Amino acid sequence: MTTLPDKTTAMEQAVAAIPDGATVMLGGFGVPGTPFTLIHELVRQGKRGLTVIKNDANEQGMGVDHLLAAGLVEKLITTHIGLNPRAVAMFNAGELEVEFCAQGILAERVRAGGAGLSGILTDIGMETELARGKQVVEVDGRPALLERALRADAALIHADRADAFGNLAYAATARNFNPMMAMAANLVIAEAERVLPLGGLTPDQVHTPGAFVDRVVELQSISEEYGVVRR
Amino acid sequence: MSDAKARMIARAAQEIAPGMVVNLGIGLPTKVVDHLPSGFPFCLHTENGMTGIGPSLPPERADRNLIDAGGAYVSPIPGSAYFDSGTSFALVRSGRLDLTMLGAFEVAQSGDLANWKIPGRFSPGAGGAIELAQKARRVVVLTTHTDRTGQPKLLEACTLPLTARGCVDRIFTDMAVIDVTPDGFALREIAEGLEVDQVIAATGAPLTLPGGELPRF
Repeated sequence: MTTLPDKTTAMEQAVAAIPDGATVMLGGFGVPGTPFTLIHELVRQGKRGLTVIKNDANEQGMGVDHLLAAGLVEKLITTHIGLNPRAVAMFNAGELEVEFCAQGILAERVRAGGAGLSGILTDIGMETELARGKQVVEVDGRPALLERALRADAALIHADRADAFGNLAYAATARNFNPMMAMAANLVIAEAERVLPLGGLTPDQVHTPGAFVDRVVELQSISEEYGVVRR
Repeated sequence: MSDAKARMIARAAQEIAPGMVVNLGIGLPTKVVDHLPSGFPFCLHTENGMTGIGPSLPPERADRNLIDAGGAYVSPIPGSAYFDSGTSFALVRSGRLDLTMLGAFEVAQSGDLANWKIPGRFSPGAGGAIELAQKARRVVVLTTHTDRTGQPKLLEACTLPLTARGCVDRIFTDMAVIDVTPDGFALREIAEGLEVDQVIAATGAPLTLPGGELPRF
């Protein structure tokens, strides 16, 4: 009997493979599913000129905000930045390029990228600002917008559990964009709260097959950023 | 919250029929669920990836991985499901979502909705609002009848960037229940203590009046 390869990697080494100027997908919707520890390592290594793809800009002092504060982000492809005043201010001041996408269309663009497709056709956003500059294709007599697939140089994923091969399982609403992003990058790095030996996840428990994942990083601790936000 | 606003929310809860799949937008619509009787059979959806949403929890009892799209900590109920963002919006776009309740900056008599952007002042991005507005089978708006300066929010045409065109079916305000019809706004119900003239004066587009007594809420 053969075995599956072990992809567990040290945090520093996994993130070191991301070049300056990279396009980086970050999982998460608000706090749940955001790879906070991998984001800190991106900041620590000072990766510059990044294009970040994430549902939201987190809140001030959390996640994406650390990248913004350190001036590492050139462009953000996102659906909503309203909970982060720094992101809004940088956008309004022209210091940050923001491409807004309808939320489910962001998911589908990423999914298309992960599925080896060029894009998707949809009527979402027709006759709104979001349609500006997009190619219109007629399908069965009805107009649809061509939304281009998104792929990234790297995707940073937060999983609840991983096995050493990179099979991943997510917790509750921390799943969100993680499964699609884990399929849509050339280098997929998953941080996991627990890394189990092979067989630690049964085949039925796997949400993201490890064949999509390149590196598995075990979190040594769950920092406060992952915790319940008290508003 | 004003008494009229509270009655608006209670009235809007009657819009939810047994068996429906429903998404409630952030803000006032979220409170609608508090007015449903215990055991009421329907399926509440939140766009970050959950159906079957149980009561909100205070921070000390919250699960850090379990929020709704507004960031409130929620709980599962028997039969809840978690899924990814792609699946969540597949449900919205494919016609499985029976009803959504959304907030509004402006609603036009054609049913156009503007609720995501005020150029130069407020441009956070639309999140999931465009798909909810465009694709839910029924779109209901909950809003104050006028803005903070007393200007009408129900207009002949929207002045702000649109969320979706011709999407709104019904509007619940603190003054009235109004349907969007092929002939424009139609007054259906009026809040206790108001005269029809007051509703007309606060509305920025013609209002069709029914014959006979208007129901009160």
